[in-house]
Amino acid sequence: MDILKAEHVRKQFSGHLALDDVSIAVPQGSIFGLLGPNGAGKTTLIRIINRITAQDQGNVFFDGRPIKTNDVNQIGYLPEERGLYKKMKVGEQAMYLARLKGLDKKLAHERLKYWFDKFEITAWWNKKVEELSKGMQQKVQFIVTVLHKPKLLIFDEPFSGFDPINVNLLKEEILNIKNDGGTIIFSTHNMASVEELCDHIALIHNAKKILDGDMDQIKADFKNNIFEIVYRNGNVNFKEVIPAHYQLLEEKADLKLKRAKIQIPQNESPNSLLNFAISHVEVHGFAEILPTMNDIFISKVKGTPQSHA
Amino acid sequence: MTILGPILMASVYILPVYLTTFSDEEKKMQVLDETGLFEKEFTNTDDFQFIPIKMDIETAKENFALSGDYGLLYIPATELSVPTTGILYTTSSPSIDVTSHIKNVMKREVESLKLEASGIDPDILRAIKSSIVLNTLKIDESGNEEKSYTEINMGLSIFAALLIYMFIFIFGSQVMRGVIEEKTSRIVEVIVSSVKPFQLMMGKIVGVAMVGLTQFSLWIVLTAILVGVFMATVGGDELMAGSQKMMGTQGKVLSTQELAEFSKAAQAESSSTMQIIEGIQSIDAPVMIGSFLFYFLFGYLLYGALFAAIGSAVDNETDTQQFMIPVTIPLILSMVMIGFLITNPGGPVAFWLSIIPLTSPVIMMARIPFGVPVWEIWLSMGLLVLGFLAATWLAGKIYRTGILMYGKKINYRELWKWIKYRN
Repeated sequence: MDILKAEHVRKQFSGHLALDDVSIAVPQGSIFGLLGPNGAGKTTLIRIINRITAQDQGNVFFDGRPIKTNDVNQIGYLPEERGLYKKMKVGEQAMYLARLKGLDKKLAHERLKYWFDKFEITAWWNKKVEELSKGMQQKVQFIVTVLHKPKLLIFDEPFSGFDPINVNLLKEEILNIKNDGGTIIFSTHNMASVEELCDHIALIHNAKKILDGDMDQIKADFKNNIFEIVYRNGNVNFKEVIPAHYQLLEEKADLKLKRAKIQIPQNESPNSLLNFAISHVEVHGFAEILPTMNDIFISKVKGTPQSHA
Repeated sequence: MTILGPILMASVYILPVYLTTFSDEEKKMQVLDETGLFEKEFTNTDDFQFIPIKMDIETAKENFALSGDYGLLYIPATELSVPTTGILYTTSSPSIDVTSHIKNVMKREVESLKLEASGIDPDILRAIKSSIVLNTLKIDESGNEEKSYTEINMGLSIFAALLIYMFIFIFGSQVMRGVIEEKTSRIVEVIVSSVKPFQLMMGKIVGVAMVGLTQFSLWIVLTAILVGVFMATVGGDELMAGSQKMMGTQGKVLSTQELAEFSKAAQAESSSTMQIIEGIQSIDAPVMIGSFLFYFLFGYLLYGALFAAIGSAVDNETDTQQFMIPVTIPLILSMVMIGFLITNPGGPVAFWLSIIPLTSPVIMMARIPFGVPVWEIWLSMGLLVLGFLAATWLAGKIYRTGILMYGKKINYRELWKWIKYRN
C-alpha cells in the first residue's frame, strides 16, 4: 500500500514552472529517495506534501484518501533550510515544537528525555541554542521531527552539517524508524547514502519526473553488461586475444593479480565471457559491475535536454 | 527596557519642573542711567540686583570688565523728551528673560511718561485696562450646556495620539523584527509545517501586542509610582510652584504686575487646579476610553500586519528601508498634522484624515476630545476595521510567499506577483 501518492501535480510560479505533471507513489514502510539537481522542484513537491503551498493541478493522497490540513500532524518534516530560535533554551524549544505537533506536555517531556539521553545531549537541556554547535542543533532538529512518531517522515538533506560518526548514528535511527513500520521520504544529493538506504527512488529534473521505481530494478535497467575479471597470468594480454564483439574497457595490474573490465553484447551470456577467460588465464574473480546511483543520476540528468520555461 | 522605561518617562515629567525650582544665582546688573528717569524703576528681583552707578561710560565699561558682574545697562541721555534706547553690555549673550525684563520696565516708565505728557493719569489708565475671561460652552441638541476646556482638550488629544503613535511604532517594528528573526534563523519552515503561515503571522502580531500591553501598563504604573514617590519626598508644593513658573515663562514673560492681574483673574474664576479637574471631568470618559482602546488596538493590528509583511519580504533589517517608507509616512504625517488640526478639529482636512484607515487611529483620537459627530466616529471605526481586514489579507499573501524566499532582492513588482498567487 502507498502511504503517499501524488498524481499529476503541477505548480506554476509566475514565469517559472516548478512542477510539471509529477506523479510519485511512496510505498508504506519504505525509504523513498527523492532525487534531482538543485532547483529541479524537489522542495516545491515536499512543500506541497506538507500543505505549505498548494498545487495548481493534480491530487495528493495520504493513507489512501485526499490529504487534509490535519494530516501534517502525521508527517514529520526536516527542511533543508532549518534552524531554531537562537535565544531560546534547548529544552524549552524542543517542548514548544513538540507541542505544536499536538503532543501533550507529559508525553512530550517523556519522549524528549528518551531521545536526549540517546543522543547524549541531556546536559544541554538548559543551554541556549546559540551555545550549541551546528551538529548538536541538527540533532535537536532531528529529534523534534521524529518525536511525534509520524506515519511519514520527510528528510531534506538530513546529513548536512554532521560529522561521519553522527551521520552513522542518524542512518541507524532512520533504519530503526523503517523497521518500526515508518515511511521515509529522503531528499539528498549524496548518492552514496541513497544507495545505502533507499528502496525506491524518483528523479526529478527541470520540473519533470524523469525516472522512478525500485532501486534494484533501476540498477538492473541501467546495467551495461560490464564484467570485471580478476586473473593471474603473466604472459597473456586480453588486448591481444580478445574477440571483436567484446570490448575491453580497462586493464590494470596489481602486485600479483590483474583486473580487466570487459563489456559484452546484450544478447550474450556472461558464461561465454567466462569460458573465454578460463581458456586464456587463471580466473580469481568474476563479477558484474552495476552502475552506481551517481552514474545513473549524472547520465539521466545530462542526457535530458535542458529546457527553460 | 521594562525598568528603564518608567525611569526615563518619570524623569521627562519631573526633571524640567524640578530644575525650575532652583532659582538662578542672583545676577548683579550695573545701571548707568544718564537720563535719571529709570534708576528708581529697576527694583531688585529674585534674579537680579540692580546697582545704580554714576560715572562716564568709558570708565564704567572698564570697571565692568573687571567687576565680574553680569551686565552693564547704559541708558544714554538724548535730545528727545522721552528716551527710548538703552545699551546692554554683558560678558556672555544675555538670555531672553533678561532683555525682556529690562524692556518691560523701560516701556512701562516711558508709557507713563508719555501719558503724563498728554495729561492722562496712569492710575486711571490702569483702571481702564481690563482682563477678559471667555467662558466657552458646548451646547447639544437637547439644550444641555457644557463647559468646554480648549487647553485641556488639546493636551488630552495630543497625549492620546502620541500614545497610539508610539505603541504602533515601537511594537509594529517589533513584529517586523520578529518575523525577520524567524526567517534568518531558518526556523520558519519547521514551524509552517505544523501551523499555517497565516496563523503564525497572526500569532506573532497578537503575541507582540500582549507583550506590548503588559510593558505599557507596567510603564504607566511604575511611572506613576515614581512620580508619586518623588512628589511625596521632595514636596509637592515646590514642584507645583515650579510647574507654575514653567508655564509662565513658556508663554511669554509676564511683568509682575501683569502676573498679579492674571492670578487675580484666575482666582475670580476659580483656582487653576480646580479648573483642570473640572475640565477633565467634563470629558466624556466612556467615549474617550472606549475609542482610545479601539483605535489603539485596531491601529496597531493594521500596522502590525503591514510590518509583518515587510519583515517577511526581506532577508535582513537593512533591506527594510524601501518598504518602510510608504508604511511609516501616513503615521508620521498624522503626527505632523496634529499641531495643525487641533486649531481646527472640525475642518475638512481633519475629517478626511480621521476617516482614512492609515491615519485615522492617530487623527481621530486627537479629534475626539473636541467632540466629533457620532456618525463620523462610526464611519471611521468601520473603515478602520475594513482597512485592518484588507491589510491582513494582503499581508497574509505576501507573508506566505515571503517567509520561504531567501536570497532574492524583492521589489514592488515582485510583491504584487505574490499577492496574485492563487493558493
